[in-house]
Amino acid sequence: MIDSIVSLSLDIWNWFPPGWQLFLEIIFKIILIVLPLMLAVAYTTYAERKVISYMQVRIGPNRVGPRGWLQPIADAVKLMFKEIVVPTNANRFLFLFAPILSIGPALAAWAVIPFDRGMVLTDLDAGLLYILALTSIGVYGVIIAGWASNSKYAMMGALRSAAQIVAYEIAMGFALVGVLMASGSLNVGAIVEGQAGGVSSWFVWPLLPLFLVYFISGVAETNRAPFDVAEGESEIVAGFHVEYSGMAFAVFFLAEYANIILISALVAIMFVGGWLSPFEGVAFAQGTWLAQTSMLWFFAKTAFFIFCFLWFRATFPRYRYDQIMRLGWKVFIPVTIVWLFVEAVMVVAKVGPWSV
Amino acid sequence: MSRVSQFIKSFALWELLKGMNVTGHYLFRRKITIQYPEEKTPMSPRFRGLHALRRYENGEERCIACKLCEAVCPALAITIDSEEREDGTRRTTRYDIDLFKCIYCGFCEEACPVDSIVETHIFEYHFEKRGDNIMTKDMLLEIGDKYEEEIAANKQADAPYR
Repeated sequence: MIDSIVSLSLDIWNWFPPGWQLFLEIIFKIILIVLPLMLAVAYTTYAERKVISYMQVRIGPNRVGPRGWLQPIADAVKLMFKEIVVPTNANRFLFLFAPILSIGPALAAWAVIPFDRGMVLTDLDAGLLYILALTSIGVYGVIIAGWASNSKYAMMGALRSAAQIVAYEIAMGFALVGVLMASGSLNVGAIVEGQAGGVSSWFVWPLLPLFLVYFISGVAETNRAPFDVAEGESEIVAGFHVEYSGMAFAVFFLAEYANIILISALVAIMFVGGWLSPFEGVAFAQGTWLAQTSMLWFFAKTAFFIFCFLWFRATFPRYRYDQIMRLGWKVFIPVTIVWLFVEAVMVVAKVGPWSV
Repeated sequence: MSRVSQFIKSFALWELLKGMNVTGHYLFRRKITIQYPEEKTPMSPRFRGLHALRRYENGEERCIACKLCEAVCPALAITIDSEEREDGTRRTTRYDIDLFKCIYCGFCEEACPVDSIVETHIFEYHFEKRGDNIMTKDMLLEIGDKYEEEIAANKQADAPYR
């Protein structure tokens, strides 16, 4: 019985021409990445509400399902059934296109994220450039949303977000140059492999300032607290997505959280050794699963950085606009440039963990 | 020197880490949320909720239509009409409280010489149509009859402090 089903499905599979087989395989892989990612996004919103409420000595959502576990699903269902209101004189096409433009890059960047050794959708040699390009495209969604809404608050939020992302993009790029110099490769998988050899050879240590700059710029890039002037509830209602409702709003929401997960994953990959085990070379863990490289470590590290995002939101008050600009242009960029210089000297003098 | 240490501190994110330390500790604090419909906070006997008109033990209504409550009401929420009953006593024909105007200050209860108008513990109530916000004399007396024991107990509990 089972044999016949297997052979039948094999027949169907072989019936497809080879080009189609490849196409279907890639589609299957994409679904395998995007579905869990969407689930992770949904539960990041839940985690956010829980973590922040716990830090505020509250309980947080606990009504829908056991301990509120079904809360994100209830939220999604509610948003799905809400009407999408298009404001008067809004640019209809751009208005509906902006959320897609916002979530597209956030999902597309996952194509080059390796979950484990060789477990990556496309093993792109210019992976780092690809990531850098896609994370900067995300801002267009925000800007177009602000412009197409025909609302001054949305416009204000979009402008703030544009200025902020331009400022932090540079520091972010420089921080990645540091990683690039340390690993000697633009391939994301090779960057992780370059950190093999236990905790001490992770890039966080030699690149500590760049790690901080990159992570903080990442928080700014995703428009998260304390850099959430683009939303600025107390000043400009909800910033760029004031006019959005229903599923269009939900897509913005998904994009924001997908970006958080993406930035966390990138930090995990580029500075704390992605899928590499922190117990590599530690005596007591030798030979056990603890010392093995696995997806688990990647997820654990990503989860830690996501938690940091939530922790920041619960802790810090929002930066003033001029403070954001000062931090971006007058602190982060000089710091990264100085550290790149230091790193260059270290590379030439052959000090440090890398051997170029 | 202080400027140098300030500089180093700012680059070590010292103040930010201190803030995160605080919130990090609060993450593990005991949570103090009251799960409202299932759990409720204790209530003072002086709690001022929905109004009621009380009766004496023999069933005679207490209110003598002195209109002190109407006079003292800062929100002008109380409207009283009175007449002389057949037995020669002064009674209200109308005693309306507009719950939209009422600010639950409790002055009516303070002013009442015969402890007739009181504010009860009831605070979970709602109106379903326009006009339900006017509490008439009958409705107030009904609430008074229903919760007389509780009202009396609260008066008793608060008496030593008056």
